[in-house]
Amino acid sequence: MNIIVCIKQVPETTEVRINPETNTLIREGVKSIINPFDMYAIEESVRLKERFGGKITIVTMGPPQADAALREAISMGADEGVLVCDRAFAGSDTWATSYTLAGAIKKIGTFDLVICGKQASDGDTAQVGPGIATHLNIPQVTYVKKVEEATDKSMRVERMLEEGFEIIETPLPALLTVVKEINEPRIPSLKGLLRAKSSKITMWGQKELGLDPQKIGLCGSPTQVVKIFTPPQRVGGQILKGEIPEIAAQIVELVRSEVN
Amino acid sequence: MDYLFTDEQKMIKELAHKIAEEKVRPAAAKYDISEEYPWDVIKVIAESDLFGLFIPEEYGGMGVNITNLCLATEELSRACGGIAVCYAASALGTFPIVLFGNEEQKKKYLPDLASGKKVAAFGITEPEAGSDASAIKTTARKEGDYYILNGLKHFITNGGDAETYTVIAMTNKDKGARGASAFIVEKGTPGFTFGKKEDKFGIRASSTRELIFTDCKIPAKNLLAKEGMGFIVTMRTFDMSRPGVAAQALGIAQGALELAAKYAKQRQQFGKSISSFQGIQWMLADMATEVEAARALVYSCARAIDAGAKDVSRESAMAKMYASDVAMKVTVDALQIFGGYGYMKDYPIEKYVRDAKITQIYEGTNQIQRNIIGLQLVRDAGKV
Repeated sequence: MNIIVCIKQVPETTEVRINPETNTLIREGVKSIINPFDMYAIEESVRLKERFGGKITIVTMGPPQADAALREAISMGADEGVLVCDRAFAGSDTWATSYTLAGAIKKIGTFDLVICGKQASDGDTAQVGPGIATHLNIPQVTYVKKVEEATDKSMRVERMLEEGFEIIETPLPALLTVVKEINEPRIPSLKGLLRAKSSKITMWGQKELGLDPQKIGLCGSPTQVVKIFTPPQRVGGQILKGEIPEIAAQIVELVRSEVN
Repeated sequence: MDYLFTDEQKMIKELAHKIAEEKVRPAAAKYDISEEYPWDVIKVIAESDLFGLFIPEEYGGMGVNITNLCLATEELSRACGGIAVCYAASALGTFPIVLFGNEEQKKKYLPDLASGKKVAAFGITEPEAGSDASAIKTTARKEGDYYILNGLKHFITNGGDAETYTVIAMTNKDKGARGASAFIVEKGTPGFTFGKKEDKFGIRASSTRELIFTDCKIPAKNLLAKEGMGFIVTMRTFDMSRPGVAAQALGIAQGALELAAKYAKQRQQFGKSISSFQGIQWMLADMATEVEAARALVYSCARAIDAGAKDVSRESAMAKMYASDVAMKVTVDALQIFGGYGYMKDYPIEKYVRDAKITQIYEGTNQIQRNIIGLQLVRDAGKV
């Protein structure tokens, strides 16, 4: 089973600070890591390779330092890394990013499965995975929490929903986005780390991919960021005490005062 | 201090650090209480190839390198001295095969030990033979193509959980120390059973049991080196493994120091952080200096071994003795900084004191280490 895993390098912090003037993330002094959700995607690809054999190619779009993220994925058991890197891709929104990544996947050629994390911890959009599937014109199954069965032609997976789960069978090739319930990412091995250190990373830019210039980078991105703000914190509610009829009376009183 | 480790060594240190923080530390208290063998953590350590650090590449390891082994042991011990010793004791049990095994023995035993599929243990200590190792009573009698083992080993780390044992037994009692030989014994061999599991003060995640040999018949080809080489095998093994015990002590001391410094910063008394008091700062400064001195000794000794230095008994003894004495002092001082809270099991620091104590005792008590150092000094003085 040939698998492509799309990953993103993100700042390691759960409290991303935003520059209020430029509305962009403050990245200075923050260590970069693989998006935590993508770690589950990498782990699942390695587990599928252990079950069915095949090859794992990791793809990321980002600046040259995203090379480190690809090597980390290789240390966990992936075979190759492709860094999609070009100034022409800068400023891409989720649509342009998914178009560009789909272009890289097409250039890699044959594959049975594409796996993405459900969303990135910095942008939180959960749009790139589904976007790639759309651009590749393949089926997509989002929020996968378990791969039940797979053959070379199809795969049966469990999707996690807010209330319960759903079992879906999809023909291959397909794209999955995975949730953290699917597995526990492994710690790399020393042999894997040594292999990752000496691996050659393929770098592709616009010249190699030859994408439609109107669909990449800032000009290929229809998303307009109008304003970024931190939602106001919810203030604590009010607890009503007493017997049920008393509480009911209090509620009526509260509603009345709100209406007036 | 920058010890100018190679990129590969930094990689090993970072990997062991990651395992220590993500897998060892969260499990430390659980295994300290349950005294169960931490198989789930050992599996992670095995899958990360760290068991390969004391085994040659041609037998599936990462190459024998004492510095690398010390780096891994120090990092694991920072988080839990007990889990770390399960790992380090496998190195101890494996060294006799690495150093003295023939091709057939190495091929048979080392690959599974390198992958961590099996762990090893070393058996010399007996109830009547602790520091006086030459007093061992376990015998190995040759009968045709077999040796018949009889006797009792005790306080054997990894005993019962290890699959591969290197055991010292007397093949010729009349020859005293020169009548001892080393053997490989597999778990499951008829006549080889285990006694009670010890209820220990510290390093409780590790297992310590008796090995009981009752007419235990092992193939003659399981003899390591030659008959009569038992104590040479032991001494050479300890020369290689002592830096590992030193690294274990160093890791425990480092771990305790870090916890104490962190606690001192958080703890408020007299309206301010206790870390602002000179009395606390001086304690931390002394602890840190001693830990650094121990580290310098451990890694210079490890590097000397890796560089092929011939006689390392003295340096190896110094590293083990000094690092374990530092560990004892630093952990006790760290507990002092935690005050009354430190004395309670709700806080992790009292475990460091308990885990540190054994490093002054096993693989040669610190008094025996001083004998080794002293004897060599006296000998050298006689030469001039």
